[in-house]
Amino acid sequence: MKTIEARGMHYRELNNLIRKYYQNGIKKFLLKGVNGQRYIGSGIKGSPHLTIEGTPGNDLAAFSSGISIAIKGNAQDAVGNTMNDGKIVIHGHAGDAVGHSMRGGRIYIKSYAGYRVGIHMKEYQDQIPVIIIGGKAGDFLGEYMAGGVIILLGLDVEKDEELLGSYCGTGMHGGVMYIRGNIPSCKLAKEVKTASTTEEDLDFLKDCLSDYCSIMNLDLNKVMAKPFTKLYPYNKRPYGKLYAY
Amino acid sequence: MNLNYTTPEFIILRDLQKCNNCGLCVKNCSFEAHYYSKHQRVESNSAKCVNCHYCVATCPKKALAIKKHPLEFRHNSYWTESAIKDIYKQASTGGILLTGMGTDREYPIYWDKILLNASQVTNPSIDPLREPMELRTFLGTKPGKLELDKTNNLSELMPPQLELQIPVVFAGMSFGSISYNAFKALAIAAHKAGIYFNTGEGGLHKDFYEFASHAIVQVASGRFGVNQEYLENSAAVEIKIGQGAKPGIGGHLPGKKVGEEVSKTRMIPLGSDAISPAPHHDIYSIEDLRQLIFAIKEATEYKKPVLVKIAAVHNVAAIASGIVRAGADIIVIDGFRAGTGAAPTRIRDNVGIPIELAIASVDERLKEEGIRKHVSIIASGGIRNSSDVVKAIALGADAVAIATAALIAMGCHMCQKCYTGKCNWGITTQDPELTKRLDPDKASQRLLNLLRAWSLEIKEMLGGMGINAIESLKGNRLMLRGVGLNETELKILGISHAGQ
Repeated sequence: MKTIEARGMHYRELNNLIRKYYQNGIKKFLLKGVNGQRYIGSGIKGSPHLTIEGTPGNDLAAFSSGISIAIKGNAQDAVGNTMNDGKIVIHGHAGDAVGHSMRGGRIYIKSYAGYRVGIHMKEYQDQIPVIIIGGKAGDFLGEYMAGGVIILLGLDVEKDEELLGSYCGTGMHGGVMYIRGNIPSCKLAKEVKTASTTEEDLDFLKDCLSDYCSIMNLDLNKVMAKPFTKLYPYNKRPYGKLYAY
Repeated sequence: MNLNYTTPEFIILRDLQKCNNCGLCVKNCSFEAHYYSKHQRVESNSAKCVNCHYCVATCPKKALAIKKHPLEFRHNSYWTESAIKDIYKQASTGGILLTGMGTDREYPIYWDKILLNASQVTNPSIDPLREPMELRTFLGTKPGKLELDKTNNLSELMPPQLELQIPVVFAGMSFGSISYNAFKALAIAAHKAGIYFNTGEGGLHKDFYEFASHAIVQVASGRFGVNQEYLENSAAVEIKIGQGAKPGIGGHLPGKKVGEEVSKTRMIPLGSDAISPAPHHDIYSIEDLRQLIFAIKEATEYKKPVLVKIAAVHNVAAIASGIVRAGADIIVIDGFRAGTGAAPTRIRDNVGIPIELAIASVDERLKEEGIRKHVSIIASGGIRNSSDVVKAIALGADAVAIATAALIAMGCHMCQKCYTGKCNWGITTQDPELTKRLDPDKASQRLLNLLRAWSLEIKEMLGGMGINAIESLKGNRLMLRGVGLNETELKILGISHAGQ
């Protein structure tokens, strides 16, 4: 484990240090005093493990492919932007556009997340990205979603609070979302269908959530005790009939 | 009776004395304009003809010709034939009209209203056949000044540059919109000519990694095929904000074009629609653009220039200024005549501005603000020949990008039906029967021939002006004069009228 004191350090220098040590065989890093540096973990080939103390800036692990990051704190916008593989665990809340266009890997958020989470997520062959949000989520959850899985648990949501914002699944044409609890239909975009979960869905959820729960110190059975609503797109070609041909 | 309001655009003429009924045209036409009658005679259905000339070119007896259909509507200079036919089409389908290639409308062509200078008496012209003539162009941010350290080496690292042997690159065309063989031909030609091809938003097929040193890879709103490996297998990375043929809108590659190879390259499931949203979901401002530019620079360790491509629109100069300040190394400005594999007709024909005016105003604005050196400019959107290239550079571009001209070099006949995926010339199709008609080696040779011919012509024109390096032509508007342009146009172009 290599400890790097990151306070006041430019992101370029920080990533260069990680890259240099990783090439010298160090696999685990503790970044202390992180305060808003963007792009942490971008452009680092291989699969180092970073533990971040503080708040990393926007585009954490953007374009990454196999990095593993645990954040003891909150994250800002566009975590895992266009990420291909890897795992990001946020022991706090996250900003907007988490997992934008991600094609593989996992992002776990302990608390709430901002707007447009999972926007244009994709999947390809055995690469199926998963985002799990422990708290609530903002507007446009799963917008333009083309693949992958979003699981919203709403664990700390108070009775008078909304589990998710409006326009959930706008433009969705692939993938699936599982929301723990019921969702008023006014929250959903016209492209989205609801269903109750099947045995297969529950097995899949259990599989995903057992890892999440053990990391976040949660009781899997308690989490699974409440029924989930499944959201999926009406149509895989929402724009197929737009043209005069 | 179900009356069809649509009348044929073209008429197929078959010389029955020459036609030996061999049926090659029946076999070849992907639009099924030729067929066997009940009596096994080859006949034609003009209504299906798109006038791509493939049957004409391949007919062994040269028995075929195609003409504009003589049927005319009553003359009306307002309600033209296309205006009427578009309404028929929309009234029967209820859909958005689609088209391919650049706009065919009669907007002013400023290239043709600009004339070049040549030396006479007072300064000598240069003969490029005998004297060295430099067309090499470097694209990228240039340092403000050169500082040497004590050992007389540059004390600051030169920002990454793209080296072009001739100031032309191939514009973004995705594998998906064009065929595997067409894509391969562009890659081979770029590699051999010392220029660059551009992946468009279709990813880079692993077969083409060998050409990575001449690839500009695109990161567009759909992020198709974008990962670490893709960014690494490139010479430069282009953020595509917009394209000249359809500024402000996204694109949909229909699932039927997403076959096995396209699926692998875009990294999306077989047969699924590839939807490119209109905006990037992480760019809502110049600051956000800066964030993505530096995300890419960080991901590629600052070793590659980052291009930002925009469509030429109303406030293009101010937008370009913002892009420079956002940290782009190269700006690509795509004029309203730019081609496309598919665009809504109304967008293609009505949105954007001419590239000539855009280049002049961007160059002028960046010079005024003292930031022109921070960026290189690539002009694209309807560059037809070497004199268009020379005029674009004299108006302020560093280089141009060509796509339509490159496709024509490979055999495109401009029938504008790319969006159907039935291209008989094997260029804009994924049908294996059609794609094999294009031989990538022969097509790349034709591209190389075109580039060679243009570079010879550019050298002749430069020599005539008494200039021996393309660098000295850049933004050199004294070499240009306008004909038949009004004062506003001349002012925007920054040129004098012929005779002045």
